Amino acid sequence: MKWEMAAPRDKYAETLISLAKEGKDIVVLDADLSSSTRTARFGKEFPERFFNAGIAEQNMMGVAAGLATTGKTVFASTFAVFATGRAYDQIRQSVAHPRLNVKIVATHAGITVGGDGASHQIIEDIALMTALPGMTVISPVDIHETEKAVRELADMDGPAYMRLSRSAMPVVTDENAPFEIGKGSVLRKGDDVSIIATGIMVSRAIEAAEELKEKGISASVVNISTIKPIDRPLIVSEAKRTGAVVTAEEHNVIGGLGYAVASVISEEYPVPVKMVGIEDTFGESGSPGELLEKYGLTAAHIMVAAEDALRMKR
Amino acid sequence: MKNYTDETVRMIAEKARIMRRDIVQMIYTAGSGHPGGSLSATDIIASLYFHVMRHRPQEPNWPDRDRFVLSKGHAAPALYAALAESGYFPVEELLNLRKIGHMLQGHPSMKTTPGVDMSTGSLGQGLSAAIGMALAGRMDRKDYMVYAILGDGEIEEGQIWEAAMFAAHYKVDNLVAFLDKNGLQIDGPTDAVMCSEPLADKWIAFGWHVIEIDGHDIPQILDAIAEAKAIKEKPVMIIAHTVKGKGVSFMENVVGFHGKAPNDEQYRQAIREIGLGEIGVMK
Ligand SMILES: Cc1ncc(C[n+]2csc(CCOP(=O)(O)OP(=O)(O)O)c2C)c(N)n1
Ligand SMILES: [Mg+2]
Repeated sequence: MKWEMAAPRDKYAETLISLAKEGKDIVVLDADLSSSTRTARFGKEFPERFFNAGIAEQNMMGVAAGLATTGKTVFASTFAVFATGRAYDQIRQSVAHPRLNVKIVATHAGITVGGDGASHQIIEDIALMTALPGMTVISPVDIHETEKAVRELADMDGPAYMRLSRSAMPVVTDENAPFEIGKGSVLRKGDDVSIIATGIMVSRAIEAAEELKEKGISASVVNISTIKPIDRPLIVSEAKRTGAVVTAEEHNVIGGLGYAVASVISEEYPVPVKMVGIEDTFGESGSPGELLEKYGLTAAHIMVAAEDALRMKR
Repeated sequence: MKNYTDETVRMIAEKARIMRRDIVQMIYTAGSGHPGGSLSATDIIASLYFHVMRHRPQEPNWPDRDRFVLSKGHAAPALYAALAESGYFPVEELLNLRKIGHMLQGHPSMKTTPGVDMSTGSLGQGLSAAIGMALAGRMDRKDYMVYAILGDGEIEEGQIWEAAMFAAHYKVDNLVAFLDKNGLQIDGPTDAVMCSEPLADKWIAFGWHVIEIDGHDIPQILDAIAEAKAIKEKPVMIIAHTVKGKGVSFMENVVGFHGKAPNDEQYRQAIREIGLGEIGVMK
């Protein structure tokens, strides 16, 4: 399929600028990656609302927390690996436990980082962040959801983590489609199997559904952009309707979307769940396309999983 | 220029004495807690809460209040004593320290306890939050000050030096930090565990204005704060030479009393030494 491609990080910066222009009391922090995360564009327009913390992510999270204690909404950005890995304890102690209004918007999540290799390809950020009590975790599917999510984050109270890709992502939703934190959306309705995906894997799920159709299999495609709190009713209704589920994510199969979906299903309406994700291994250097292929994140992999799930169906 | 009277100094000293009694009693009652670092920071905290800081115990979230961040969060008993004696909550509440369902957590928790401006406990993080508060004050053109207390072991954390650079780079001058230099951490003397000398030179090299005082001498504490507030375009570090366990003879300079409650006999002796009786049973 041919997709229109657009980079969520560009949309992130653009949205921040709009918010400040609209008079929102936001502050943006970065840690010497503002040209990559695009927050530099915000800093250029609103220098008094932007602080570059230098290569010091732990302090950046703490400063964000302190700013937030005074009622400001703080966006803190850097690469996902440094935001959630290097500064995990700072997020836990200074942001999450005191429930402060810090929105961590990290770019370069997952293996599609590409050439920089394993040191920069975080595949466990969703696991780390969803495990924190009270943390909202968002993985938008495209630029439109990115914009809507940033706007909602600016309005919601409490800490949140949003992961964005380095690469441009297929535009799969409509600019005017409704968006709400905590709500997933059914992009294709099918009867035999439900493919529940997040981020870049949603477009691949759609491609897989198209091909499954040729084989006479009718597949639903569900976009889950809020990993936490997860849309339990939607997941349960899919399990009830199709009786077989596949999850797909650019994340370790451990502790990501698959685990979240499986836990809902096992508690509320047990049906087979097959997970497509990175099989508990670190990445490596390569082009995003090569890496997605090698680590099992393609439409073909989703199709195989869907057929497996169908076979397990009773 | 002296901006306080001898009467003020006497008042603060008396409050500090009450706080020491509170600290000893609440840790004894809880059966655990950190007396050493609470007692070394007591005179500084008493000076802040009972004279220096602008705050409203009846309105803990007053936006224009001065802020206080206990970066060395394990000294929570000292903060709780100051808050209780200021009227944020009843003094009797101190005896529920560390008890389930009560407001006084083992380490400061801002969403649990009125008057606590920042949650701390994982060392090395409070200075960053204090800087954030100071930046916000500057952005909002508010004239509040932010005070923080760091431990001399705590500053071994790398984040402290990230924060040190940041505060100087952004010329954060509505922040006054204290370094409670009691010379001890958990595993022994700081010089033996991880020497951070020359300490003053380090902060100066990082762009801070440094003042060194005796952290138990109230006029010196007040004078240093007055000097610090007058410094523009630079953050200020007041290196306070202190005695860990100060005010309870058998705890002074004793590493073992970093994080241990006194036993029955030690408790009775400490209360006798402080000479104010107990909470609820005043002398
Ligand atoms: C990040 C972190 N590591 C370890 C500890 C455990 N700990 C609590 S107090 C302490 C020693 C602190 O020494 P210092 O900063 O000198 O405090 P003080 O002497 O004033 O009590 C340690 C290691 C902690 N609370 N946080
Ligand atoms: Mg010490």
